[in-house]
Amino acid sequence: MPTDLIPTQRDTTAGLDALELAPATRRTDLGRRIWRSAWPKLLAIALAILIWELVVLSGWKETFVLPAPATVFSDLGDLVTTADFWAGVRLTMTRAVTGFALAVLIGTLIGAAVATVPPLRAAIGSLITGLQTMPSIMWFPLAILLFQLGEKAILFVVVIGAAPSVANGLISGIDYVPRTWLRVGQVLGMKGFAKYRHLILPASLPSFVSGLKQGWAFSWRSLMAGELLVIVPGAVSIGVRMQNSRDLFESSLVISYIIVVLVIGILIDLLFNAADNALRKRWGLTGS
Amino acid sequence: MSVLTLDGVSKRYGQGDSALLALDRVSLTVEQGEFVCLLGASGCGKSTLLSLVAGLDAISGGVLDIGGRRVSLMFQEAALFPWLSVSGNVELPLRLAGMGRAERRKRSEELLEIVRLRDFADKRPHELSGGMRQRVALARALAQEADILLMDEPFGALDAMTRDILHDELERIWREQSLTVLFVTHNVREAVRLGDRVILLSSRPGRVIEDFPVTSPRPRRIDSPEVANQAAEITDKLRAEVARHAH
Repeated sequence: MPTDLIPTQRDTTAGLDALELAPATRRTDLGRRIWRSAWPKLLAIALAILIWELVVLSGWKETFVLPAPATVFSDLGDLVTTADFWAGVRLTMTRAVTGFALAVLIGTLIGAAVATVPPLRAAIGSLITGLQTMPSIMWFPLAILLFQLGEKAILFVVVIGAAPSVANGLISGIDYVPRTWLRVGQVLGMKGFAKYRHLILPASLPSFVSGLKQGWAFSWRSLMAGELLVIVPGAVSIGVRMQNSRDLFESSLVISYIIVVLVIGILIDLLFNAADNALRKRWGLTGS
Repeated sequence: MSVLTLDGVSKRYGQGDSALLALDRVSLTVEQGEFVCLLGASGCGKSTLLSLVAGLDAISGGVLDIGGRRVSLMFQEAALFPWLSVSGNVELPLRLAGMGRAERRKRSEELLEIVRLRDFADKRPHELSGGMRQRVALARALAQEADILLMDEPFGALDAMTRDILHDELERIWREQSLTVLFVTHNVREAVRLGDRVILLSSRPGRVIEDFPVTSPRPRRIDSPEVANQAAEITDKLRAEVARHAH
């Protein structure tokens, strides 16, 4: 048999590797991808505005109570060009970020403790879920008694609203580390801290990220409730501005602030989704 | 020199009447540099036996002696960590052993060269095919510098072509690295293709039925007449054992 017809083992292996790897998928260009995901959203917004306009035209409410979209958008346009408005946004966002950061810190510590110390889990595991389902507005009367009408009262409610979600995300992440990975950890002789550092924590990351995302949603809601209820003298946040607009019967501004809060919520959610998608892509969890 | 000795090893799960006997007085020895295949139908306790040797589980009776040697275990799933690159996965055992970064990098390159995946060092596990992932898992197992490599149906989830090529690669690495391998499978031909010996186990409980030396010369092919003949002989024994459970 002529030997040159028999491929070497190296070539056979390399050839099979090349065949089994999926050919690189062609990426559709960025503009088209943005348009594809944007048009349904734009259409939905257009529809919502259309319905709003129709309700206004029907004369169901006086226009000073329910102004037309054009009025609101014109007022909103004026609003976002004032430095004063951005000072309010900055104050609110500072509160949100501070509260959320504190909630992440506390939630992570509690989550790690509960997930690793069985008696602690038995003691407060279900309490954490209970706290998570509790409407955060229920905490304000107590928070005001404890901290008076001040930043601390708001911070307290934001943290207590968000920390349970963060803790639960971490706990379920730790609980559901795949068994085969745990076996690999055993085979590699991982114990104690090394096991956490190299296996448990990285493995629980996706669940932790969803916990963060949910925690953010709770802290944002708590904060908005707090800003409407707890008026700190001199701190003119978004919530306070909204209350003032209502007191002055400026419906158009009230709606403008609703839109502002909605847009901020959506933007932050996009950030979390981007982080989540990047993680999934890196791990190969996307259904490609 | 024997590196692994099992003398009357039993394994029971549970207590009293409901106890399940998984392994019943299993005795076998594995010599240095030997490639031993454990063969059996479902319920023969093959995987249990490997867990015992790997020290993941405690024996219920008998003597298990590995002379303080280090063992490494590979599974049917590659079970690579998705947050690490291919080289990161291979480096993990080295990192746990406290090896420095530069040395680790060098060693993982050598190991990936052994499994012929050096060009894929920076890929993520999900970017590789199943067969390539198993080779990364093999490189990771080799990184443990174990004296005995335990393999639990490592090619069970692969297609025939890939499995065939991985047999060649494993045989080459076993020879080049002077490994001692204990390989579990329920595929008779695979056992005869790879093993110096094929040990046939009974099912429920697992007992050693017979120990077949494989004499056909290496390198073997899974479709060679010698392999096919011996596989047929062992298959008959295996079938007889499986049929016993019909009553």
